[in-house]
Amino acid sequence: MNCGYIIRAAMALVVVISLAACDWQSASQHAEQAESKKPDSLVVYTARKEHLIKPLFDRYSDMTGVEIRYITDGAGPLLARLQAEGNNTPADILMTVDAGNLWQAAEAGILQPLASEVLATNVPENLQGVDKQWYALTIRARTIVYSTERVQPEQLSTYEALADPQWQGRVCLRTSKKVYNQSLVATMIAAQGEQAAESVIGGWVTNLAMPPFSNDTKAMEAIIAGQCDVAIVNTYYFGRLQNQKPDLKLALFWPNQQGEGADGRGVHVNVSGAGITKASKHKAQAQQLLEWLVSVEAQQQLMSLNMEYPVLADLPYSDQLQGWGEFKADAVNVSEAGRLQADAVKLMDRVGYK
Amino acid sequence: MRAQTNSTQHYTGYSAEPALSSATPKLRYFLNTLGVLTVLSVLAPIAILLFSWASPETAIWQHLIATQLGDLLRNTLVLLVGVAVGVSLLGVPLAWLTAMCEFPGRRWLEWALMLPMAMPAYVLAFVVLGLFDFSGPLQQSLKMTLGDGFDYVDIRGDFSVIAVLVLVLYPYVYMLARSAFLAQGSDVMEVARVLGQGAFGAFFRVALPMARPAIVAGVSLALMETLADFGTVAVFNYDTFTTAIYKSWFGFFNLQAAAQLASLLLLFIMLTLMAEKRSRGARSYQQNARKPHRFVLSGLRAGLATSACLTILALAFVVPVLQLLQWVVTEGAAMINGRYWQLLLRTLSLGFLASLLTVMLAILMAFSRRGANGYRKTFFELATFGYALPGSVLAVGIMLSFAELDKMLIAPLLGVLGMEPRQVLVGSVFALLAAYWVRFLAVATGPVESSLQRIRRSIPEAAKSLGASSGELMWRVYLPMLRPGLLTAAVLVFVDVMKEMPATLLLRPFGWDTLAVRIYEMTSEGEWQRAALPALTLVLVGLVPVAMAVRQSARR
Repeated sequence: MNCGYIIRAAMALVVVISLAACDWQSASQHAEQAESKKPDSLVVYTARKEHLIKPLFDRYSDMTGVEIRYITDGAGPLLARLQAEGNNTPADILMTVDAGNLWQAAEAGILQPLASEVLATNVPENLQGVDKQWYALTIRARTIVYSTERVQPEQLSTYEALADPQWQGRVCLRTSKKVYNQSLVATMIAAQGEQAAESVIGGWVTNLAMPPFSNDTKAMEAIIAGQCDVAIVNTYYFGRLQNQKPDLKLALFWPNQQGEGADGRGVHVNVSGAGITKASKHKAQAQQLLEWLVSVEAQQQLMSLNMEYPVLADLPYSDQLQGWGEFKADAVNVSEAGRLQADAVKLMDRVGYK
Repeated sequence: MRAQTNSTQHYTGYSAEPALSSATPKLRYFLNTLGVLTVLSVLAPIAILLFSWASPETAIWQHLIATQLGDLLRNTLVLLVGVAVGVSLLGVPLAWLTAMCEFPGRRWLEWALMLPMAMPAYVLAFVVLGLFDFSGPLQQSLKMTLGDGFDYVDIRGDFSVIAVLVLVLYPYVYMLARSAFLAQGSDVMEVARVLGQGAFGAFFRVALPMARPAIVAGVSLALMETLADFGTVAVFNYDTFTTAIYKSWFGFFNLQAAAQLASLLLLFIMLTLMAEKRSRGARSYQQNARKPHRFVLSGLRAGLATSACLTILALAFVVPVLQLLQWVVTEGAAMINGRYWQLLLRTLSLGFLASLLTVMLAILMAFSRRGANGYRKTFFELATFGYALPGSVLAVGIMLSFAELDKMLIAPLLGVLGMEPRQVLVGSVFALLAAYWVRFLAVATGPVESSLQRIRRSIPEAAKSLGASSGELMWRVYLPMLRPGLLTAAVLVFVDVMKEMPATLLLRPFGWDTLAVRIYEMTSEGEWQRAALPALTLVLVGLVPVAMAVRQSARR
C-alpha cells in the first residue's frame, strides 16, 4: 500500500468537506438571515415542479422583497412530513396538485382556515376547501381526446358513453394509479352513485385496446399510431403534444355538456391549490402570497407556464386555450374527489382497471 | 504474502478476530458501541414501520387479497426469478472473460462493462420505451417500410421489465465476480487443468464454486434492488408488490397499511440473507493470488468474446446514452446555467460524503460480524435491512425517526438553552447522510465482507506475533489488502446515492436539489425528454468513480 494513495484520498476528502462546509455555511447564513428578518421570508412545501413555480416565486420576491424558500416532492411524502413535524414545521404554505391531495391535507388537520376576501371572490366556491382551508390556484380539465381520422365528434357524448359496445377495442387509458383518474372516478361516484359508476368503468376496461399506460402522452401517442381511437387526458398534455407536432391528428372533445342530471354535469375539472399550515408563524405574509397568486398577473403566468385554466373567471384565455373551445365544467365541489378517493380506487381494482 | 497462491478451506470454527482482539479495551468498547449504534440507526426507521402492525388495516388487506394480490405476487416472483437468472447469465461469463481471458478490446471492455451501473433503471426504462414502443423510431420505420404488413407491438410486459432491470443490475454481479476471479488467480485453474479437468470442467468445478460467495452477494444486491424498485415498473405500468405499497399510501392515504405491506418485504430479505449464508456454508475461501495469466483467445472464439461484450455494452449503455444525447440536443440544453453547476456540486458532495461514511461504517460492520458469532452476528447482519425496502417507505421511516428526535430531544434542549424551539435534524445534511447510510450499508458491506473473507487469518496473526499494534495492523495489513473491496464498495455507494430519489426528496435541506431530484420533477409529469440532461449528467458523473475504481483495480 502506498502512502501516496492515502494522502491523495485525504486531500480529496478535505477539499470536498470544505466545499460542502462552505455550502452548508452559506446555506445556514441564509437561514439565519431569514430568521433575523422573519417577516420577509416564507417557506413553501410544494408538489408542483420547480420549473412551474420558480418563475412565479422569483417575480413575487422581486416585487415585495419577500424571500421564498421551498422544497418539492410528491404530495404524499410532503403531507407525511408536515404531520411528523407538527408544530415544529418551518412550512407556511402547502401547495399541491389534485383536490384529493388537498382534501387529505385538510383532513389531516395540518391546514388552517383562511378568511380572505380576495381569495373568496377570485376563486369559485366549489374550488375552495371545506372551511376555506385551501383555495384552488389553477383548473385542469380532464377530457376526451379522439382521432380526427377515425372518429366523428358526433359519435362522442359523455364519459359514460365510452363504455358502449361501439368503442370495443378502441379505448386507451392511463393507469388507475394516477390520482387524476382516481378523482375522475370519485366525482363520477358523487354524480351517479357507486353502482352506476362501477358498470361504466367496467365497460371502459372491456373496451380497452391495450393495457393502461403510465402517462397521458403515451395514450395519445397510441391513438396517433392507430392502436386506439379515444382516450381521456388532461388538456395540458394535449397542449404540449400540439406544440411539438402542430399537425396533430387528434382533437379534444368536451363531454357531458348536454342532457339531464349526470349526463349534463359538465367536464371533469381538477385543481392545483394551496393552503396555510396550522403551524405557520407568518400567516399574514402567507395570505398575501396566496392572494397574489390569484391576481391577474400571476394567473396569466400560471396559464402560460403549463397551459392550465385560470381560476379567475373573467381572465381571457391564451390563444391556445381559446383554440380548444369553451366548455361547461362540472360544478361539483372538488372536495368530493378526496372524500370518495378510496372508494374510487377500490372500485377500479374490482373491475380490473390497472 | 504474494507467494501464497493456494486457496485454503479452513477455519470452519470461529476464532476471535485479530483486528478487534488486539485493540485496547477502551478502543474495543468504543468500536463496539459505534457498531451497535449503526445497527440501531438502521433498525429505528424499520421499527417504526413495524409499529404500524399495532393496528392492522384489515379492510385494505381484505380488499387487496380479494382483488390484486394474486397478480402482484405472480409479477413480483417472475421479476425476481428473471432478474436473478439474467444478472447471473450476464454478469458471471462477462466477469470470467475479462478477468481470465485475453481477446481484442479486453483492456477497455473490462472497465466499460461496469458503465451501465451509472444508468438509473428508471432512465433506461423510459429510454427503452421511447425507442421501442409504437411511437418510437424502430416501429415507426418498420411501419413505413412494411406498411400494412406490420402490426404495432406493445412491448410492455414481463420480458421488457426484466430486460431493463438485468441490463442495469448485472454490473453488481460482474464487479463482485470479477474481483473474485482475479483474486483466485489462474494457478488454481492450472492445477485443475493439470489434474485432468477440461476448460469448462475447471471453470464449473473450481473457479465458479470459489467465486460463489461473491456471485451470491452480487445477485442478492440485484434482487433487493429489484424488490425495492418503483420507477421502472411504473414506467411499464407493471404491477408488483411495491405498487401495492404505493397504492395504499397515495391512493388510500393509508401510510399504516403501506408500512405493513412494506414490512413483509423484510421477511423476504431475511430469507435471502439466510439463503446466502447457507450457500456460503461454513466454508470460507481465503487466498491471495499472483496476477493471473490470461487464456489467450484467438480466431472465432476471440471474435465471439469481443462481440458478446460489445453487444451488452451497446444495449445497456451506448444506445441509451445516444438517445439521451439526442433529447438533450433537441430539448434540454437550455437548462444549463449557474444553478445547474450548483446542482452538480451538491450531487457530488453528497455522493462523496455519503460513500465515505458508509464505507467506514461497512468496515466496522464487517469486522464486527467477523469477530462475532451467534446472536451477536445475527444482530450485526440486521444492518443490511435498509436496502430492500422501497425507498419512499424507508425515507418516511427515517423522517419520522428524526422528527421524533427533534420533538422529544432537540426542541426541549433548545428551550432549556433559552433559544426558540425549531427543527434541527429534519431537513439537515446530517439527516440526509444518515438516510443514505441506512439505505446503502448493505451495498457497501457486501464487497468489504467478501474481500475480508479472502484474507487468511494467519496473516494478521503473523503481523501480531511480529509485534504490530492494532493501528498498524489496520493501516498496514488490513486496509491495503481490503483496498479493492473498499473501492468497489465506495463506487457502488457513490453511484447509488447519486441516483437516490425518495429520501433525497423528502429530507434534503432547502436548495439542496440533486440531479435525481431534477429528473424526478421532469419525469413525474411525463416530460421525459426534458429529463434527458440531468439523466445524462448523472450517467457521465457516475463514470468518474467507476473509472477510478477500474484504474485502481488494474494497478494491483
